[in-house]
Amino acid sequence: MLAIDGNLLDFKRLDLLALKESPVHRLDPRAKVLTTLVFILCVVSFDRYELAALLPFALYPVVLLALGDLPAGYIARKVAVVLPFAVMVGLFNPLFDRQVLLQLGPLDIWGGWLSCLSIVVRALLTAAAAIVLVAITGFPAICEALERLGMPRVFAVQLLFLYRYIFVLADEGGRVARARQLRACGTKGLGLRHFGPLVGHLLLRTWERAERVHMAMLARGFAGEVHTRRQGRFGAAEGAFLLGWGSLFVALRLYNLPHLLGQLLTGN
Amino acid sequence: MHMADALLSPAVGGTLWAASAGTIAWCSARMRRELDDRKVPLMGVLGAFVFAAQMINFTIPATGSSGHLGGGLLLAILLGPHAAFLTIASVLFIQALFFADGGLLALGCNIFNLGVFPAFLAYPLVYRPLAGRHPGQARLVLAAVVAAVTALQLGAFAVVVETTASGISALPFAGFLLLMQPIHLAIGIIEGLATAAVIAFVVRARPELVTAALAGRPAEQLPLRGMLAGFALAALLLGGVVSWFASEHPDGLEWSIARLTGETELPQPAGRLHGTLAEVQEKVAVLPDYTLRPGPAAEPAGRAGTSLAGVVGGLATLALCALCGLLLKKRPRRG
Repeated sequence: MLAIDGNLLDFKRLDLLALKESPVHRLDPRAKVLTTLVFILCVVSFDRYELAALLPFALYPVVLLALGDLPAGYIARKVAVVLPFAVMVGLFNPLFDRQVLLQLGPLDIWGGWLSCLSIVVRALLTAAAAIVLVAITGFPAICEALERLGMPRVFAVQLLFLYRYIFVLADEGGRVARARQLRACGTKGLGLRHFGPLVGHLLLRTWERAERVHMAMLARGFAGEVHTRRQGRFGAAEGAFLLGWGSLFVALRLYNLPHLLGQLLTGN
Repeated sequence: MHMADALLSPAVGGTLWAASAGTIAWCSARMRRELDDRKVPLMGVLGAFVFAAQMINFTIPATGSSGHLGGGLLLAILLGPHAAFLTIASVLFIQALFFADGGLLALGCNIFNLGVFPAFLAYPLVYRPLAGRHPGQARLVLAAVVAAVTALQLGAFAVVVETTASGISALPFAGFLLLMQPIHLAIGIIEGLATAAVIAFVVRARPELVTAALAGRPAEQLPLRGMLAGFALAALLLGGVVSWFASEHPDGLEWSIARLTGETELPQPAGRLHGTLAEVQEKVAVLPDYTLRPGPAAEPAGRAGTSLAGVVGGLATLALCALCGLLLKKRPRRG
């Protein structure tokens, strides 16, 4: 029961982080969305056995985390939650790919372990980039940026509507589940026989809510278009942010920085 | 099952992004033409409903573990294919951003796998013919289960194809397929039962909601020919990507052959297509065979030295990143 409320609070907390005030929060959302896309493309374009060259990419989320004054522990926990599917698939790599690719002293390292670790690092980096993007931009601003970059208006309106009602309906779903659990007197599961009416009622209430929302919108002059306030402009700071990070990512993609650094340190 | 960024290559991810973005644009244009502005709030609120319904777990019959509704088929039954597709896409979009479920590049794959199959294949081609206009209880359950199983089997198959085509995971195609399809058979049956349970209730309580959705869209409005052409195009694109990567795939093999023979490259097969592909690959790849080609100093000692440099350098890089973060972190103000 607490899990439901916990999930919702977690969601709200990420949403509220976007209201902070910092240099990276103030940037135009388009710059941040585009930079994040460049970041993800660079990270996933590495060879499957690449590990060391992926590590410097951690700089991007870490720097934004610091500049945006975000709670590092919370973001780290959110990022860790996404690992399971990638890791589950990655763990099969050592089983199928047993050629020795690396030797560390007496230790032979299979290609499978390298690619498995590479998958884990990729998952961490891409998830961190996505979550940090939401935390420093906020969902409505991301939608606006995407719309100005060419996303159809109908879909943008759909995203904004969904976002607006998620909190309302998730609260309602949580209340329904809690009410049932309190009355279930210790029976743990909810059978399908009762799941139908329970969720069905929620659906009907949702539908009626949509009808009321529609009438309220008509009363306020809705004629098929939703108007939103547009703000922000793509200025010098945004250009510098996009170009600076973008060229850093491309450079890191081309040159294996940890390798060069290691050669310097070990004298090899 | 959500596809993840970590398992995707840019080519596969980009192809499916394009496919999904195209479908979104097509559905959006259609919704705009339809001019039913009641649907605008309805789609938004029903998307939020799917989130809420996913919070309510039910016990899976005969197992004791718990599951929740996926919602794709339910949305298609209530809203019709186009509006349902946009709603599913928006739900996946929020999941990708707020829960990093899959990731932003994999979003294209996920919208395709979980949106196109239930909305444009399972609902119009399986559910509607099976259920008919006024289905009884048994027929409704049958139609929902078969449709949900179809959608999820296709979705799981697409995940396997995308993963294999990307070539990041070493799982062989057949093995991965044998792993995914049975799991998704079970998930599909459960999804179908749960969808049928909810729809059955709605039919009893407010039958006009379901019948209105059916009556509004006669079957011939679905441009079947256009859809088939679209799928054929997607298949061709995917096929192109797969063959591209198949040509790149023997990298591990190439390496072990290099160890045996001391040569770095396999003798190229003389086929023209392969030659052209290799040429393109050579031009596109930024550093061809960068990590795998053993350089001239490929003796074990040299390699051990290189790997040591990699490990030391990697640790040093991470330490530097953390240091940057600490330096940039705002000091809490006193007072």
